[in-house]
Amino acid sequence: MTSSLGWALADGWTVARRTLIHWRMQPGIVIFGWFFPVLMMLMFGALLGGAMEMPDGQSYYELLVPGIFTLAMLFGLEGTMTAVATDVSKGVTDRFRSLPMSSAAVVLGRCIADMLDSVVTLIVLIAAGLALGWRWHGTLPEALAAFGLLLLLRFALLWVGIFIGLSVKNVQSITVVQVLVWPVGFLSSAFVMTSTMPSWLGAIAQWNPMSSTATAARSLFDNPGAVAGSWIGGHAGAAAVIWPLLIVAVFLPLSARRFRNLSR
Amino acid sequence: MSAERVIVANDVRKNYRGGAEGAGLNGFDLEVAAGTVVGLLGPNGAGKTTAVRILSTLLDLDSGEAAVAGYDIRRQAREVRRRIGLVGQYAAVDEILTGRQNLVLFGRLNHLSHAAAVRRADELLQRFSLGAAANQPAAKYSGGMRRRLDLAASLIVAPAVLFVDEPTTGLDPAGRIEVWSAVRDLVGGGTTVLLTTQYLEEADQLADRISMLKAGRVVAEGTPDELKAELGADWLDLVLADPAEVPRVLALVERLADGDVRVEDLRVSIPVKDRTRALVEVATSLAEAKIEPEDITLRRPTLDEVFLHLTGTGV
Repeated sequence: MTSSLGWALADGWTVARRTLIHWRMQPGIVIFGWFFPVLMMLMFGALLGGAMEMPDGQSYYELLVPGIFTLAMLFGLEGTMTAVATDVSKGVTDRFRSLPMSSAAVVLGRCIADMLDSVVTLIVLIAAGLALGWRWHGTLPEALAAFGLLLLLRFALLWVGIFIGLSVKNVQSITVVQVLVWPVGFLSSAFVMTSTMPSWLGAIAQWNPMSSTATAARSLFDNPGAVAGSWIGGHAGAAAVIWPLLIVAVFLPLSARRFRNLSR
Repeated sequence: MSAERVIVANDVRKNYRGGAEGAGLNGFDLEVAAGTVVGLLGPNGAGKTTAVRILSTLLDLDSGEAAVAGYDIRRQAREVRRRIGLVGQYAAVDEILTGRQNLVLFGRLNHLSHAAAVRRADELLQRFSLGAAANQPAAKYSGGMRRRLDLAASLIVAPAVLFVDEPTTGLDPAGRIEVWSAVRDLVGGGTTVLLTTQYLEEADQLADRISMLKAGRVVAEGTPDELKAELGADWLDLVLADPAEVPRVLALVERLADGDVRVEDLRVSIPVKDRTRALVEVATSLAEAKIEPEDITLRRPTLDEVFLHLTGTGV
């Protein structure tokens, strides 16, 4: 048992290293991917930030930056989906499946690579946020806990990405999902406090898992926008853990089943 | 004898619910002797790929039994995977990685040490004449090179059985010849190969025995020569300039025909036994009768005609 777990980890790392080689072979694409959320931060902060009314005249970046962190975790899903769907359509997944390697390793490798990617994305974003004047006002452990929650959300969405990637018939249909990611991201507290939305829309937005993570992160960073005055908003910390676990509980078994039954 | 059969399939059935993309299998039987190349020949949708995917443990079967290298494909899938190589319909290589990086990756996943994987990669790159392109991303390879890299990747741990699914589909003639010679080299090394193809010529070139697949079952089996003998003739096609000449030509070629002559508008198709002799004789008699055809060609029977002949129904 230990040895099969050992092989799963070793094979998983081998598969993940393949993605690291991609980074080295195509640095331009990868670096663009890391800086895209920074671009969003600048777009929203600099272009729209002036029109945002913040309590006590605080900088909009105080609210926006944790929101962009959350959104970046959501957008990471696209990379996962595309990578998984491309491997399926090119037959690479079949080759993996016909090897005597651990079958969990294919997915594990994707997981390791994408989590590393998200850590780099977060580091780039933190640096950009700090440069633009965003600060965390809580303690360092609190800040680390917030980053932990963000990565937990990314981990959960990873399984959504793997599931969709394994399910689509061709890579082109990914575009549809790439478009749908936007309303999911925007219908949350990522950019504005939900209290500024029409009440019914605000209620939906508050129940968005993105909002829970964003709100919980803001609270841990001691940034504005943390208190939302609703049941789900008041329990954002718990929700930021429960939502991702729920997503994993649904999509991990679904992905595992898809993987076993791939029958292109 | 039975110990030497490395692939055995017995009444294998597979239905695709919802009739999706793949063609199912409908009582598929196959026996492949060690060290031979068997061609699974059939039109699109006959179930060739389904058969390969089932035998290589990628797809579960509904009923029936199959064993590869002596292991049951369902109960001992892992043992089967240790002993097979798979070359799917698409060159399954990572296009961003170089040829060498691809082979090292798949070597590592075959649980070779890093040093052994690198050594094996270099051997295979040489063997498949990819040494010069070893450090180029696979995306820059030609179709034939990519296919060769794909073949190399499936041979990292010398497999007992190699499945090759339509190796030359989508390749230009040069790429096709490259891949053919690569497959022939393999066979020299004693690997058992199950090859699927839509091309009669390809099966003829590469396979020791051919199984013809139609609608999910094997409808004919034998060596290429046996099948051809059964099938008989090549075809000599004449295209005439004037419809009035058709009856005259029919009278002239009748004695050369090995079977029924077919007429379709201005095209007269004559089944012939001895290709060259027939061509010379037809050309001479036409010249003597002062008939100048628009075109005159010799051709092998098409897959369609093979099926027509062997099964009495078209593809």
